[in-house]
Amino acid sequence: MDMTYTPEQIAFRREVREWIQQALPPHIKRKAEGAGHFEHSEIMEWHKILYAKGWIAPHWPKEVGGTGWDITKRHIFGEETVRAGCPTLSPFGLGMVGPLLIQFGTAEQKQRFLPKILSGEEVWCQGYSEPNAGSDLASLNLRAEKDGSDYVLNGQKTWTTYAQYADWIFVLARTDASGKKQEGITFILADVRNTPGITVKPFLTTGGTYAFSETWFQNARVPQSNRVGPENGGWAMAKALLGHERTLIGGIAESKRMLGLAKRIARETPVGKATLFDDASFRQRIARLEMRLRALEMVQLRTLSAAQLGRAPGPESSILKLVGTEIQQESSELCMDAMGHDAMGWLDSPPEALPEREQAVASEFNYLRAATIYGGSNEIQRNIVAKQILRLPTA
Amino acid sequence: MNFDLSEEQQILVDSVAKFVKNDSPVERFRKLRETERGWDPAMWARMAEFGWLGVAFPEAHGGFGGRFVDLALILEQLGRGLVPEPVIPSVVLAGGLVSRLGSDAQVAELLAPMLEGRTSLALAYAERQSRFQLADCTTRAERRGDGWSISGEKTWVLNGHAADQILVVARTAGDQLDADGLSLFAIDGAAGGLERVRVPGMDGQRTALLRLRDVRVGADRLLGEVGRALPALEWAIDRGAAAACAEGQGEIQELFERTVAYLKQRVQFNVPIGSFQALQHRAADMYAETELCRGTMILAAIHADHDDPDTRRAEISAAKLQLTRGGWFVQENAIQLFGGIGVTDEQDEGLFFKRLRVLQGLFGDADYHVARYQGLRRFDAPD
Repeated sequence: MDMTYTPEQIAFRREVREWIQQALPPHIKRKAEGAGHFEHSEIMEWHKILYAKGWIAPHWPKEVGGTGWDITKRHIFGEETVRAGCPTLSPFGLGMVGPLLIQFGTAEQKQRFLPKILSGEEVWCQGYSEPNAGSDLASLNLRAEKDGSDYVLNGQKTWTTYAQYADWIFVLARTDASGKKQEGITFILADVRNTPGITVKPFLTTGGTYAFSETWFQNARVPQSNRVGPENGGWAMAKALLGHERTLIGGIAESKRMLGLAKRIARETPVGKATLFDDASFRQRIARLEMRLRALEMVQLRTLSAAQLGRAPGPESSILKLVGTEIQQESSELCMDAMGHDAMGWLDSPPEALPEREQAVASEFNYLRAATIYGGSNEIQRNIVAKQILRLPTA
Repeated sequence: MNFDLSEEQQILVDSVAKFVKNDSPVERFRKLRETERGWDPAMWARMAEFGWLGVAFPEAHGGFGGRFVDLALILEQLGRGLVPEPVIPSVVLAGGLVSRLGSDAQVAELLAPMLEGRTSLALAYAERQSRFQLADCTTRAERRGDGWSISGEKTWVLNGHAADQILVVARTAGDQLDADGLSLFAIDGAAGGLERVRVPGMDGQRTALLRLRDVRVGADRLLGEVGRALPALEWAIDRGAAAACAEGQGEIQELFERTVAYLKQRVQFNVPIGSFQALQHRAADMYAETELCRGTMILAAIHADHDDPDTRRAEISAAKLQLTRGGWFVQENAIQLFGGIGVTDEQDEGLFFKRLRVLQGLFGDADYHVARYQGLRRFDAPD
């Protein structure tokens, strides 16, 4: 066990820090200093800058376009991007379907999809949940029937995050309804923009943004070559992908950013002759959360370190999701509390009433209610821990 | 960065675990808690023979040149058996200070016999009024001829009832709360003017209240520079906190595993109670807190000797907070899920619970460490 940095790693940190400062476009940098609420176009702009630099996929193997960095360099890179407030990249391609294809995709699939995930030419979204298949995901009912060399898809997906910007969607579809519900599911990739019969309808969240969409499939034809893994073997794909997802979904970077934001707002908020940041009880609330985040960060580093040694992120990554999303919510609650009356404001409040860079705080706070729900609700994560790790008996 | 145990570390952990299982299960502690000393000198000598006491000391001081994290791994396993031999007071606190501040002669006299398992040491720093403030010290040392005269009272001295040599923090200059003016002296356990009152602890271990009335020591009994002991004392207490996290991890792990096993075995309403979702979710949360404790325990152990005191303080305070809050979640729910038998002395769980609570209150509690953390430069740095 060792946590020291070599001179080479320290130099690497300096290189990353300096590069980010000159690479971040000024309009993104301005937002990075505020609540860091980025438009999709800005996220993709940053994606392409990272791609051009060759730093877009630190966690991918080098042969398929990753950086070839070890866990320490990836950690340093992650810390520096958070420190600078860089936009968080869309995880669906880079963090989910990409690693899944690397693990289970055919040579043709890898060649077809991976380069465009890296370049940002193709944006991905996730088609898992359905109106009647939320926590009980395996009861999903989007049908995929074989017809010639195609699958014909019929049904509806929901909570398809940012599907309105996506070029491709990965879906779990029902290919067999006769046996156990987990055993009749297939993992399929579909072209959202060019497949007749696929319709995307974004809906407004309590955060005031269109973060999620509903996606309909009406006789949408997708070639069978877009299947990942065996037919009726999609549940195993879904579980493997969830492992990848959970290592990201804890939002440690976001929580760090928000704790920094809470401090900045507190520092700029007068309380009598001092500031809110001088208030002992407020400081201690921040301190407690920052220390708990440190504990979680260590769990994440150990999970990633294990994954690097060739072990896939297992069910223990559930606690990253479980604890991480709770910290995320508490961090945003601290930002809200720091704002006092300003927390009443909204995205379109006039800047003289609410400084522009604070306008997204309340939106973020509301959006983050979803964090303990998405990716398998935290109650489902507890079920996973109880059954898969602790092996507790089923009722 | 690397979070896996090295091959040597794995061998070490396995051998301590085997020792606890075969030679020092909880039953041994149960017998020892009925004795005056509370621990067994013969076992102490064996632990020295295994090389465990010297693992984190430099070779020049009779140690094995390992790192603090190796000692932490040993402590974690010892915690699983509630092994009562005085590793924290003798090796981590007093031994660490002798190694850091002592002259060659002092190392030879105080440290060497302890590492051979022939003697044990203690560190007397706390006083009735001092709580966790290390600088708050009314015990005074005054020059008498070539040597010193020490008078005052020290409380909750771990292993103070049994130690052969005791390091005492005394004020040689300044007022009660001054950071400057603290000095460290080694006094013999049989010194004239030293009264030791044995104090039984909640955890079944012993501490002592020491009364010093004109205890005379020679000039060669001063460790380090006169009046400048505080930074070394802070360092030692931080290592104590890291050690408490390490031993506490053993107890947390034990409580967690025993609870999960009980949930599978205990039948009510004709089913194992572990099939109830309310209890499954509690167990899942206990698992999360246990893993968070493990993470910060490792961080604290790795940073216990860090060059930058601010980094050391931040990591150790985070670990101590997690031990105290997260560990508490595990221990209170362990007792709750065991139900009525959890509060019987016959069950081991209560013993783990009590030892853990003692470790949580040593070397700064949660509020102390939160307050310390928010006072660090790095907390305010706009970075």
